Amino acid sequence: MRSSFPNKWLPYLLLAPSVFIVILFLIIPSIQSVYYSFYRLSLFGDKLLFVGWDNFQKLFSSSDYLNSILRTIVFAAFVVFVGLFIGMSLAVMLNQKLKGMFLYRTLFIWTYALSPAVAGTIWALIFSPSSGPFNFFLEALFGTSINWMTDSTIALLIVAVAATWKMMGYNIIFFLAGLQAIPNEMLEAASIDGAGAIRKFFRVTLPLLSPTTFFLLIMNMMYAFFEVFGLIDIMTKGGPGDATQVLVYKLYKDGFVNFNTGLASAQSVTLFLFVAVLTILQFRFTERKVFYS
Amino acid sequence: MQIKKTRKIALYIILTVILMIVLFPLYYAAVMSSLPDDEVYAYPPKFFFGANLIDNMVRAWNTVNMGRLMFNSLFTATSVAFAKIFFSILAAFAFTYFGNFKGKGFFFAMILITHMLPLPIRIVPTFELVKRFNWIDTYSALTFPFFASATGTLLFRQLFLTVPANLADSARIDGAGPMRFLFKILVPLSKTNVGALFLIEFIYIWNEYLWPLIITNSNDMRVVQIGLKMLLASEAMAADWNIIMAGTILALLPPLVILLTFQNTFMVGFGLKEEK
Repeated sequence: MRSSFPNKWLPYLLLAPSVFIVILFLIIPSIQSVYYSFYRLSLFGDKLLFVGWDNFQKLFSSSDYLNSILRTIVFAAFVVFVGLFIGMSLAVMLNQKLKGMFLYRTLFIWTYALSPAVAGTIWALIFSPSSGPFNFFLEALFGTSINWMTDSTIALLIVAVAATWKMMGYNIIFFLAGLQAIPNEMLEAASIDGAGAIRKFFRVTLPLLSPTTFFLLIMNMMYAFFEVFGLIDIMTKGGPGDATQVLVYKLYKDGFVNFNTGLASAQSVTLFLFVAVLTILQFRFTERKVFYS
Repeated sequence: MQIKKTRKIALYIILTVILMIVLFPLYYAAVMSSLPDDEVYAYPPKFFFGANLIDNMVRAWNTVNMGRLMFNSLFTATSVAFAKIFFSILAAFAFTYFGNFKGKGFFFAMILITHMLPLPIRIVPTFELVKRFNWIDTYSALTFPFFASATGTLLFRQLFLTVPANLADSARIDGAGPMRFLFKILVPLSKTNVGALFLIEFIYIWNEYLWPLIITNSNDMRVVQIGLKMLLASEAMAADWNIIMAGTILALLPPLVILLTFQNTFMVGFGLKEEK
């Protein structure tokens, strides 16, 4: 490691602001989450009472929570797989070196700036049962209509569609960046060997794109688990019934609507275990990639 | 040759059709934001612009005190983006130009670990902490907890590592101290990355929803995203979609302006466009 400026205390001073923020607002609260998950607030909210594994027991024996886990997995699977498939297909098309492609790219990418809440209001309007254009087209073409304010399966599907749509710009950006990093010579070599476009895609592009795909897989999972909160709060508030109450929404409700600190913290810890598994997978994968290259 | 040409045209057609489907919700939102009240629930729905865009925006603006919300969001997003960039440049500099000082790996791991700790994992204690600081309804609560950036630290560390080592040596021989070297040489070299990071962080903070929702209560301290929730909630039976959409358009304009302003740096930073 190079040491251009031998200095005893300066590196620590430079690190101080970041480290201070990380310890105060990230590490200590995370440890406290674990601590709180073994306690519950007394009836008057003035004392913490130790309850052992009670919160976790309560959580994993309630069909409410188990259903929420299942729902989150279904929702995340949709957002991740549909999102990555569409994102990759579009990026491959947008990567062609043709006239006007830059304009197309810009038009697809700018949706990256939209927030989950903005996506929520817009899709709530599009699917609005009484006046939305989606039901108008459905009625005109097939003589039928849907109501996601009452039908729970459709509600989850629509929220997933909105969430996938919002992530599209992001996915295209990273897929395009990944595609640009693939050396042209490799594709040309494959062409010389007589490989067609489809064969080239599966034999050259897809394998070389796999680090990007894996990165996006993780980012989309994190998005589907955590960042969709605003979209769901705007569109459905977890309803109808519990139909769109994914884990992060349930956590918010237990922690900040029902003020059940212990139960909410137990949910935080459960979510952390999920993130930890994802992160370990990510490190494993990147290590292997480094090894092979 | 003929086949190639047909394929090209097919590609343009496919892309145009998909683009129209993808952008339709935004187009319809824009149309809705321009309709007078009595056309909001028209059947069949209106698909072309009305004349009430400005009027609806003014009404949305006044309903939720949008001027104040805009200021809060702008202030929060700008200051967090600058602080993240500044602190992560300092940290990255420490990791790349001072050899193996004691605890280096430990601190590096500590900053990286923030990737594993999204807000929901620590939400109750972080809220309690901010409450104990008496920070509910303050800019401190909206900004300070976000000041560290693992992404930024990694990005600048990577960049600084590619800067030739003898640059620092010659700077030192010329009598320049480390801070002078950082701000006179390294930071100007990182302009593209600073632009790209500013864009990413500004949009990230502008779009943040959960944290502002729980740590602000007063209408004076709400941010634009929560303003959308307020617009939706201020309805009686039937939603005033024209007003809500006018508010939505207002909420998406600032990050869009930032995106278009920094688009070039951003595209170059991501390798989507050659540097000119």
